[in-house]
Amino acid sequence: MSAFDSEMKTEIVETDILVIGGGTGGPMAAIKAKEKNPALKVVLMEKANVKRSGAVSMGMDGLNNAVIPGYATPEQYVKEITVANDGIVHQKAVMAYATGSYPMIQYLDSIGVKFEKDGSGEYNVRKVHHMGTYVLPMPEGHHVKKALYRQLRKHQVLVTNRYMATRLLTGTDGRVAGAIGVNTRTGEFLVIRAKAVVLACGAAGRLGLPASGYLFGTYENPANCGDGYAMAYHAGAGLANLECYQINPLIKDYNGPACAYVTGPFGGYTANNKGERFIECDYWSGQMMKEFYGELLSGNGPVFLNMTHLAEETISEIETILHSNERPSRGRFHEKRGTNYREKMVEMHISEIGFCSGHSASGVWVDENARTTVPGLYAAGDMASVPHNYMLGAFVNGGIAGEDAADYCASTDLPAYDAADVAREQARVMAPTRRDDGLTPFEMEYKARRLVNDYLQPPKVTAKYKIGQARLAEVRDDLSALCVKDPHELMRALELQSILDCADMAAAASLYRTESRWGLYHWRVDHPATDNENWFCHTLLYKDEMGRMAHKKRAVDPYVVEIDEDEMGAYHQLRTPAIAAE
Amino acid sequence: MPFANHTTSVPVTVDDDKCIAEKGCRVCIDVCPLDVLAINPASGKAHMKYDECWYCMPCEVDCPTGAVKVEIPYLLR
Repeated sequence: MSAFDSEMKTEIVETDILVIGGGTGGPMAAIKAKEKNPALKVVLMEKANVKRSGAVSMGMDGLNNAVIPGYATPEQYVKEITVANDGIVHQKAVMAYATGSYPMIQYLDSIGVKFEKDGSGEYNVRKVHHMGTYVLPMPEGHHVKKALYRQLRKHQVLVTNRYMATRLLTGTDGRVAGAIGVNTRTGEFLVIRAKAVVLACGAAGRLGLPASGYLFGTYENPANCGDGYAMAYHAGAGLANLECYQINPLIKDYNGPACAYVTGPFGGYTANNKGERFIECDYWSGQMMKEFYGELLSGNGPVFLNMTHLAEETISEIETILHSNERPSRGRFHEKRGTNYREKMVEMHISEIGFCSGHSASGVWVDENARTTVPGLYAAGDMASVPHNYMLGAFVNGGIAGEDAADYCASTDLPAYDAADVAREQARVMAPTRRDDGLTPFEMEYKARRLVNDYLQPPKVTAKYKIGQARLAEVRDDLSALCVKDPHELMRALELQSILDCADMAAAASLYRTESRWGLYHWRVDHPATDNENWFCHTLLYKDEMGRMAHKKRAVDPYVVEIDEDEMGAYHQLRTPAIAAE
Repeated sequence: MPFANHTTSVPVTVDDDKCIAEKGCRVCIDVCPLDVLAINPASGKAHMKYDECWYCMPCEVDCPTGAVKVEIPYLLR
């Protein structure tokens, strides 16, 4: 078709480290790699523009997991996250995050990211979690991306905007060898050879279909559609606990955070239609989501965020934080609905499903050095398996990945790769541009995501999952008719293929774990009990030598912080006593 | 299989009188995470070409002349 040349343009670039994803963890990986060794060449590949890409495109309203001396210890934090995840965590990675948390806050502070401080200049930390105190508001958190961008320039990181990575290159010796990208405005290819690759592509947040029916009305930035998960899978990396879905309590229809973490410390709370509290703790855990889901379906639904009882100055302060950071358009949304926090509770709902370790625990397996199971390949942020790591975790683990990759580069050379792999990938990418008619990316994406809602959303029923797999396979067959007319649509067509890969992985991972765990996230109706004897382990999903989706168990490493039996149940008793007694 | 033309309202609007695209400004087009803004060949000004909006607002906040306005997409409103 006219928008594409019949001759493909391909440029080949060599670098030491390639970072894919310029949102939160990716820039930090690039910055910390350059700080570790300024002589290294570091390329940052971004599908959008690093100035405003990723989950924190408009900044952030607070840290949800700050481990600050005087308020919390790394040991306490590791315990809290272990308990909130029903014990299935790689504690060494959580500990690496927890010990890196405070130095990272100080580093961010030094580069111009603003955090709330009290009159004496101390961080103003607040309590939201069940056990410890970890929430640090950021009333002026809208400058995060600008601060990062200044550092990228200062450290001379080479940025390629508007290139979408489509597949990783694997060396002939099994090491990662770089990646293939396509320009989303011209359709030109860029092959980047690298000694080490850091994946930081965000959540798989465009998996389920929002209840509004608007494809891009997602909680996550819709650019975060699971490209990283798909690339890691096709490169042979293991993906951990994907069945532990991300499902969030959100403002109904707007699909943004309500946001109990911000309002909770000010006295706001989640309430049912009688205005009563029904959960003790607003921290997003699977058990909390199960209570939320139950309340929605009961005669007590819908569920609301209640702030009507708060004083005027408190509400004004909440409005300032929520309407100028992270998702500033929420003020406009409330205005059109006539929702004033002073007079009306905010209607909430649960989100569609996705993968995300930032809020849950579904990610590409990484150890405490951010290494995946493929030599030279790292992952960080929402797409890596460190649970509940939020924005600060993306920074800390991105930094860990960058520094470890810098060390790794010193002792390795550029792997050789097979040019036929590039040719095969280019043929796959360009196939929809070679057809004059067929199916559009829009309708195929809509259908795939609607099937995810119909069949994969918890409660998980085996019979529904099997139908879902069969219907999704039909959509996959239809890829042979996928047709695009310009490079923008080509990007959407490639994203659709990431979404399909993630949907298949979600179904397969959920069927593999034959027990229930993590509250609503993995509620298997046919296997309702938690089965610690057989399933107190991680699950790893991977592509086997035959190209098939395969699974294995991975034992939970010995804890570095011991947990008492009675502490383990802390997140199981979230219902308020008065309601529980009814 | 022929295609249909599907028309929708767009959440992002640009005030042509304030837009300075003719001076080479591409700020809103550059910062959009979903790459849905482009130059309208008919007017030479920025416009929303694809209805794929996260109502995230960098286009509006970063516009040097205040020409861009983000509304909540109708399906969510």
